[in-house]
Amino acid sequence: MDKSWWKILSFVLLVYTIVCGFLLDVPHLFILNETIRNLYFHVCMWFGMMILFTISFVYSIKYLRGYQYRNDIFAENFARVGALFGILGYLTGMLWVNVTWVTDQGQSMASVMKEPKLIGAAIALLIYGAYFVLRGSFTDIDKRARISAVYNIFAFAMLFPSIWIIPRLVGSLHPGAPGGDNGNPALDRNDMDARMRMVFYPAIIGWTLLGVWIATLKIRLSLLKDKSIINE
Amino acid sequence: MNKFILTLIGLMTSLITSAQDKPEMADLLRSNGKIYTVVAVCLTILIGLFIYVFILDRKISRFEHETKNRK
Repeated sequence: MDKSWWKILSFVLLVYTIVCGFLLDVPHLFILNETIRNLYFHVCMWFGMMILFTISFVYSIKYLRGYQYRNDIFAENFARVGALFGILGYLTGMLWVNVTWVTDQGQSMASVMKEPKLIGAAIALLIYGAYFVLRGSFTDIDKRARISAVYNIFAFAMLFPSIWIIPRLVGSLHPGAPGGDNGNPALDRNDMDARMRMVFYPAIIGWTLLGVWIATLKIRLSLLKDKSIINE
Repeated sequence: MNKFILTLIGLMTSLITSAQDKPEMADLLRSNGKIYTVVAVCLTILIGLFIYVFILDRKISRFEHETKNRK
């Protein structure tokens, strides 16, 4: 357990997230009220997903550069945990929609269904879903690794346009819509309250590290299982 | 007495208007300390999750050790 400092860091940061996330003061806003604290949980799932998918993308490129089978295992498992985070982000978003957009803002179900960020996120998750289907449909290990690595690069290329660029261009109920008064809270640090940033950034790191930890466990299991075909 | 009633009315109206101007926050949850129950529940879940992942980590480490020694 010598290299496990980041696992401890993840635990400490998440304890900090829960304690300070619930107890510290947050901006008092209409509609959002106390649900603004979901920023530390719901939004962090999406940030964690993006980071994990990015790691997976890097390992896919690494695989294609040297055709080392272990890089394919890394790419697969990081993508799997990333997709898990995405699904959790979607589920938590569904709960949040109910009390803010639908109940308090009076949005109809139709306008929620048309919300470009929801559609974009669904597209991104489905593209990654197809990645897992693709992987499962091969019997030849080398072919599976090569084709899915190429596909993973395509999936990553679609990720940011579908969850960030298109929703911001066409306008969405999420913060950061063009012409909105809330600026760009996800990317410009001046558009987020300083008190919230103090919890939000550590929360992203904490959740992401937990995801990385789970992914490494899956990777180590896969490596053990496929030990005979990995020449080390 | 009149003054007293006036201030009372003044106070009440200020209370009512403040309830409308300011976004409603869960102040009661904070003032009676029940928020700590929420924090404690979430922390218990988090700690439980981490213990689970930690034990899994240790099991895999032990297994890795065994397969390495077998070689």
